Amino acid sequence: MEKYKGYKDLPIMPITDTPSTVNQTGFWKTFKPIFEMDKCIKCNICWKFCPEPAITLDEEGYPVIALFHCKGCGICANECPKDAIKMVMEE
Amino acid sequence: MVRSVISGNSASAYGAKIARAEVIAAYPITPQTSIIEKIANFVANGEFKTEFVKVESEHSAMAACVAASLTGARTYTASSSHGLLLMHEMLIWASGARTPVVMSNVNRANGPPWSVWADQHDTMAQRDTGWMQIYCESNQEVLDSILMQYKVGESPDIMIPSMIIEDAFILSHTVEPVDIPDQDAVDDFLPPFAPEKKLDPDDPHGFGSLVMPEWYMEFRYKIAESMDLARDRIREVEKDFEKRFGRSYGGLMDFYEVEDADAVLMIGGSVASTAKEVIDKMRKEGKKVGLARVRYFRPFPVDEVRWLAKKVNRIGVVDRSYCFGHGGPIAAEVYGALLPTGDRPIVKNFIAGLGGKDITPEVLERLFNKMLVTNESGTEKEIEWVDVKGHSLGVE
Repeated sequence: MEKYKGYKDLPIMPITDTPSTVNQTGFWKTFKPIFEMDKCIKCNICWKFCPEPAITLDEEGYPVIALFHCKGCGICANECPKDAIKMVMEE
Repeated sequence: MVRSVISGNSASAYGAKIARAEVIAAYPITPQTSIIEKIANFVANGEFKTEFVKVESEHSAMAACVAASLTGARTYTASSSHGLLLMHEMLIWASGARTPVVMSNVNRANGPPWSVWADQHDTMAQRDTGWMQIYCESNQEVLDSILMQYKVGESPDIMIPSMIIEDAFILSHTVEPVDIPDQDAVDDFLPPFAPEKKLDPDDPHGFGSLVMPEWYMEFRYKIAESMDLARDRIREVEKDFEKRFGRSYGGLMDFYEVEDADAVLMIGGSVASTAKEVIDKMRKEGKKVGLARVRYFRPFPVDEVRWLAKKVNRIGVVDRSYCFGHGGPIAAEVYGALLPTGDRPIVKNFIAGLGGKDITPEVLERLFNKMLVTNESGTEKEIEWVDVKGHSLGVE
């Protein structure tokens, strides 16, 4: 904010310089999801349901979890039709 | 131009259509529903190319409008009463995020007691949300105000949302002749919305982000400054509109027969029309009465009220809502505006017409006659409820 001297220098509303994905918000989770990829059928349901969204898809369509964004809500594990996601206690 | 005989709700729908609103997110509520039904018809018939989002609540409707507006889309919604109350949080978001959403609100009483009739409590309760508020007198004013407020709100130095307000049933469901301007003329008056910064997936930023105490006030001051600046912009845009379309409404406060008046009533909404009729009749009888119609409640017409107080010694403020604890909201603003000046007219506050109780010519004539002879100044009977059974004003 050093470039701002007074209110006139500000943009009309607060806008971040970077996307909010730089904020690592996944550190307070109690449980973390563990993906068992051999059970995964690439249905992408976990990707659709993740509210963060902390799940992206790799080139082959398998889910990739970004644990520094995941808050451990467990929705993915609950929705997975193949029980390929287990929630385990964070150490 | 097409001259149609349409309701206030139809006029609202036509306003959104010819303003080319690009995203409309709305939820039905009596007596607003026919606005979005009409828009849904336009969309279904292919007459209106807009993204019409059917949402699950008014809170979501406003959230969708805010987000759409941030992408640079012109947005519109409509609500009423409890729907507007449910939006409250997102109304504050809309102004804080500087999204010039335009919303029609049909003034309806809040429950309980359950009621669907005219009353200004729903919008008055949104005074502090940072929205401009325009109280309309006619269906034509409803349509024209939508066009004008997009232009005012979308000015790069304003960027503030607007509520266009019509009385339940009296305007919303009553038909009047309305000129619907030609699309070309509207397009010429109202160019596409082009904000400087937009939500863009290819260049992602967080909008409305956290600000530490060092800079919060500065952002709020920017809103305050823009809202103050809006007063002049409203006057400029109305002048431009008048030049193009031949209609104007008196800026922030519409005066009628006040120049030599002994007593003036100050009123917002369609009751102003009734008051003008009463004034014409009483003037023929030699009684010098006039009207100050509150068009804008936010930004408040401070200069206009102070100008009026220099001319007129008796002002009766008719509030169609009440702020429990002390007084009607318009009267409170009038007292507040006059305190720093030396002008001290007798100002009385009448609470009338709540929950759709008709404010008839007879009621207004009684209030004018009371104002003409009143010497009650200061705190003596400063707030009076009109025609409350068992506690009636002036039925002698």
